[in-house]
Order: sequence, then C-alpha cells, then structure tokens
Amino acid sequence: MGGFENSLNALVLLANFVLVPALAYGSQLALGAVGVTLIFGILRFANFAHGDTMAFGTMVTIFCTWALQSAGISAGPLPTALLALPVGILATIALVLLTDRFVFRFYRKRRSPPVIYIVASVGVMFMLNGLVRLLIGPDDRKFTDGERFVISAREFKQSTGLAEGLSIQTTQALTIGVAILAVALLFWFLQKTRTGKSMRAFSDNEDLALLCGIDPDRVVRVAWILAAVLAVLAGVLYGLDKSFKPFIYFNLLLPFFAAAILGGIGQPVGAIVGGYIVAFTEVTATYAYKQLAVYLLPSGWVPDGLLQFLSTDYKFAISFIILVLVLLIRPTGIFRGRVL
Amino acid sequence: MQNRNLLLILAVLIIAGAVYFMTAEQQKKDQDIKMGVILGFTGPIESLTPGMADSAELAFAEVSESGALLGGAKITPLRADSTCVDAAAATAAAERLITSDNVAGIMGADCSGVTTAVANNVAVPNGVVMVSPSATSPALTTIDDKGYFFRTAPSDARQGEVLAAVLKDRGISEVAVTYTNNDYGKGFADAFVAAFEAAGGSVSVTTSHEEGKGDYAAEVGALAASGSDTLVVLGYSDGGGRGIIQASLDADSFQQFAVGDGMISQALIDGISGDLTGLIGTLPGSDAAGAKMFLDLAASKGKDGDGPYRAESYDAAALMMLAMQAGGNAERETVAKNLMAVANAPGTEIFPGELAKGLKILADGGQVNYQGATNVELTDVGEAAGSYKELEVKNNKFETVSIR
Repeated sequence: MGGFENSLNALVLLANFVLVPALAYGSQLALGAVGVTLIFGILRFANFAHGDTMAFGTMVTIFCTWALQSAGISAGPLPTALLALPVGILATIALVLLTDRFVFRFYRKRRSPPVIYIVASVGVMFMLNGLVRLLIGPDDRKFTDGERFVISAREFKQSTGLAEGLSIQTTQALTIGVAILAVALLFWFLQKTRTGKSMRAFSDNEDLALLCGIDPDRVVRVAWILAAVLAVLAGVLYGLDKSFKPFIYFNLLLPFFAAAILGGIGQPVGAIVGGYIVAFTEVTATYAYKQLAVYLLPSGWVPDGLLQFLSTDYKFAISFIILVLVLLIRPTGIFRGRVL
Repeated sequence: MQNRNLLLILAVLIIAGAVYFMTAEQQKKDQDIKMGVILGFTGPIESLTPGMADSAELAFAEVSESGALLGGAKITPLRADSTCVDAAAATAAAERLITSDNVAGIMGADCSGVTTAVANNVAVPNGVVMVSPSATSPALTTIDDKGYFFRTAPSDARQGEVLAAVLKDRGISEVAVTYTNNDYGKGFADAFVAAFEAAGGSVSVTTSHEEGKGDYAAEVGALAASGSDTLVVLGYSDGGGRGIIQASLDADSFQQFAVGDGMISQALIDGISGDLTGLIGTLPGSDAAGAKMFLDLAASKGKDGDGPYRAESYDAAALMMLAMQAGGNAERETVAKNLMAVANAPGTEIFPGELAKGLKILADGGQVNYQGATNVELTDVGEAAGSYKELEVKNNKFETVSIR
C-alpha cells in the first residue's frame, strides 16, 4: 500500500512540476516557432522581428482587455483577453502587412540575398521594440482574470488524500487546447485548401510555382497573415500563463529559433516537435529530483543534494546548447528542413 | 522664406537658452543649495520610492521654509533614477547630479548594489556625502568610503539575526531560503543562514533567483524538492520575490512564508492572487517617539509617512542639512565632517518637525543630537544601529506584531 501510494505521489509530483508546465510552455514555443518557420519557408529569411511582433499583438490585446474590463464585460470563468484576441490579431495582421509593404517588398523586388532581409528584420525588430515600450511601457503586466485553476493543488490533495498536489491553471489548459486547435487548423489549411497547397508549392520550388501561375504576392500575404495570427496567439497565451513584459518576449526569439531549427527550418511539423523538445529539455534539466527520490528510493538511499542537473538560472542556456548542437551535428534538423 | 523661418527659430532658441542660464546663475546667487535624491523610480522597487522621495523632500521643504539654514538658504531637491538594479544607469545619474547639477549631498541610493557602485565610482572620488535610507547590505559596512558614505538604515547582518530570531520564536526549525541574486539578497541570506543555524535551526536549501522572469514555477519546484514547510524569501515586492510566492501558492508548495524588508509592501498583498494571511516579515523601524511625530508631520503636509523607508529618508535628508549648519556653509566637505556630530550625542535631541529648532541651536554655537523619526544613532562606520518591526499579514494588511 505504502509503495503504491509512493509511486502515485511520485507520478503526481512529476505531472505537477514537469509535465503540465512543459506542455504549456512547449505549446507556446510551438506556436511561435511555426510562425518563424512559415516565414522562412515562403520568404526565405529568418524573421528576427517575430518576438516583437508577438509583443505588439499582445499589447493591443491587453489594451483591448482593459477597455473590456472597465466596461464590465468578462468571459466568465475564462480570461477576458480571449474576447480581445480578435482585435489584437487584426491589428497585428495590419502591422505585418504594412511592414512587408514598406520594408520587405522593396528587397523582394530587388531579389536581395537573405542576409539583407535578416538585417532589415533586425531593424523592424528594434522599431517594434521601441513602439511597444513607448505605448505600454517596459514593465511587467498581468492581465489574467477569470477562474485561476481548473484543478488547484489544495483541492487535489483533499480529494485524493495524496501528499502531493496537482495544479492545472486555467491558462495552462487553455494554452494546450488553443495550440492543438490552431495547429490542426493550420495543417488542414496547408494540406487541403488551394491557397495552402500553392503555399507549399511556392515553398518547395519558387520558380516552378511561378511558372504554374501561382500569384507570389498572394502567397506572401497569406504567409504573413498566418504568422501574425500564430504570433498573437502565442504571445497572448504566454502572457496569460506567465506575464507580459516586452523584454521577455524579445528573449523568446532564442527558444523559437532553437525549436524551428531543431525541427528543420521551413517544416511546420518540425517546429511543433522542436517546440516541445526544447520546452521539455528546459524543464527536465532544471528540475530538482530530490522529492521524487524520496518517494521512489528506499529511505537510506536518498541523497542529501537536490538532484538538480542545472540551476534554474541556466534555463536559457539550454536553448543555446540545443541550437549549437543541432547546427553542428545535423544542420537540417529532425525533419530535414533547409540549412539556415 | 524657409531660411528666414529657420533663423527665427534659431534666434528664439538662443534667447531662451540665455534666459535659462541667466536665471540659473541668479538662483545660485540666492544661495540656492541643490541636493540630490537618487532612488529607483523605475525598476523592482518602484512602488516604494515615490513615498521615500516625498519624505526626503518633506525635510528639505521644512528647512527651506524655516529660513534658518545658513541665513535663509533654500534647498532645491533634484531627483534622479537609480533603477535599483542597473549600476551603470545609477552611476550615470549620480555623475550628472554631482558634476553638472553640482549638488551638495545625495540622499540615496536605495538598493545595495547600485549604492555601492555610486559610492565607489562617483560619490567618494568626488568627495560628496551620500546618505542612503535603505541600502542594507552588510558589504557596505566595510567599503572604503573615506568618511563620505552614511546610512540611516541598519545593515542586514542585523536584520538576518532578527528574522532568524522571529522564526525560532515561532517554533520554526527548518526552512528553505531563496534570495534575489544581488548584493542585497546575497548579504541578507548569508547573515540569515548564519544566524538561523547558530540558533539551532537548519536550512535545507539556499538558492538565488533572478529578477524579471515571466515565470518562477521552476525555481519553486527546486525549492519545494527540499521538503521544508517554510520558505524564506529575501527579494523584492515588485519583482522576483513576488513571482516566487505566487508560484508557491499556485503549486501549494509551502505552508508558511517569511520575508525580508524588500518584500514588505502593500503591492505584494494586492499583486498576488491567493491568501497571504500569516506571512511574517521584518522591517527596520521602531516605536520611538519620533516615529509618531513623523507620521503627524507627513499627514499635516498631505503625505503618508507610513511606509517602508520613508522615515529613514526623512532622517537622511535632515542629517545632511544639520551638518551644513553645524559647519556654517554648504560645502560638500562640511557635510562630511559634521554629519556624525549632529547625529549622535551630546546635544539637544531633535525630532521630526523640529528642524528649525535644531538649526537655530547650531547657529548659536550649540550642539544637537538628531533623533529624528527612527531614533538615529550612527555607529562608528556611519550606519544606523537599528531596531526592527516584526510584521504579520492579517486581513490583507501588514500589521506590526512587536518591535525587536
């Protein structure tokens, strides 16, 4: 009995501190990385402005959320930000189409090499960076409201009688749900619709696609729209789950690229798999396994240390390590994407 | 046409500039003394600093209005942002105050890391006195300050002992400790761990946390793995400390929280979803006669004097002006030479609201022993000896349980 209860406790412990947080974080990374990979597939450059596009969309959503909150409108148990989401998405679509029209189209017409695009996107990144800080400020903002928990740790403990609690926050459940839905819709779009197919054709072989009469402007436009929608979704979900801070969104660029490159850049499936791998590696490498050892090992065997592979301060370094290792060992990534 | 417009604008600018500089010169002749107020108006303690600056300016205004300082000199306080965490930004701000604004002394800085940086890089080399109301790192006791650095807040070496005693008295014998990764957090944590273990307690784990992360669930996971029921958080109320407590509540990981002075803020209670009742903490402060007088004084000027480090800020500002008066001029050197003398016995005791009285005594050649709002008594290295309030959260407010 004691042994069974111990293993149950160990299971709940892992679910609470590793599985649930990593799934939620992985979903956010996957959404962001798919956006990066789509732009790379169609426009053939690494869009450094993606993190700040995300911050911009989230900022608009937050403003709209505040307006809704002050008008007394809420989404019941769900966060009000969900109601504000369409506005954020529309504003971001407008923004990326405008930057494409006034920045990237210029280089496309000249058929500039990818490195020029990258530098241009760094410029766009700094502009958006400044714009967001100007409008909402550099501070931490929490805009989560509604019911906080689907399952709270305390309730879980009381109803199961276990020593360990499992907490699933509404925002975590929401993140995973929305990510699955968004990814499913994206694949349906890419595989089944005419526009989706023409995008894939364009990504595979641009010249051949042009010969077949595919309108390149249209493909580029749709790619930007998709990237904007995914960016805002990722940004708002991340902000709801954790908190919104422009600097942190800018920093997310690194795990995004790590995930996209790990999965094979230009490959949407790869970006999703990569997102989850990066998230799980970050969480499992920085978790302290001592309590787990307490449950699973005979009492004399439990070590004194925390059994932590890396301090949580080094979480960010893990994306770097993954990025470097993939580029060294298998530059095309898991799903054989392009070489960056 | 265009050229003429440009010329016109240029002329207006030149005249405006000239007028500005002339008035600036004029003010100097009117014995206008500039004092710097360097606090983290942005950054992890930005909710605390406006109240602190207001309190310091209360003292400046009191002295200016009295007309008793150096035969009627007026004080102009100049605020600058220390950011609390960015040493380079704080140093630049102090540099500006000292070299271009030519301040006579500096009230600040606030957080220990930036205070050390400003003292070492700018204030001490330029011979400008700094009186910090809130830098509490033990490391500041031993910096080579050449007699220019003072503080009205006591060292955390003392706070560590007090917090350890509070926990021991409540029957808590095992804790996990997390501190913000800077001079303040590290010094405080070291002092606390040493004192707690000396008192027979055990510390299961001590980890640092970084400021400005979105999510602290991973940090809490590591802390919870220690198996302790009590978590000691030595961080900031608007920063990582709050994130740690929020994540602990979300995971239901700890039964009891204990916090240091950087976490004592209503913003902590308001900013967290969940119940903090029973959270305990320590904050420099006392039930001295001066504390009540300071609250009344602040209230009479429409300010709220009840908040972290507000009384210390008032005292820091008051000390520098008394030192000027004692030396008979507003030179930087004068402030440094006389500050200890006005802060400690012998002399007439001076309390908040009585600065004019103190200035008159000094003008007549007498001596003062400034008590202020916090019972100021500087040790031989120029820092407050310190008494602490033990606080507990009840009904969503910090309430004082006892004075230690």
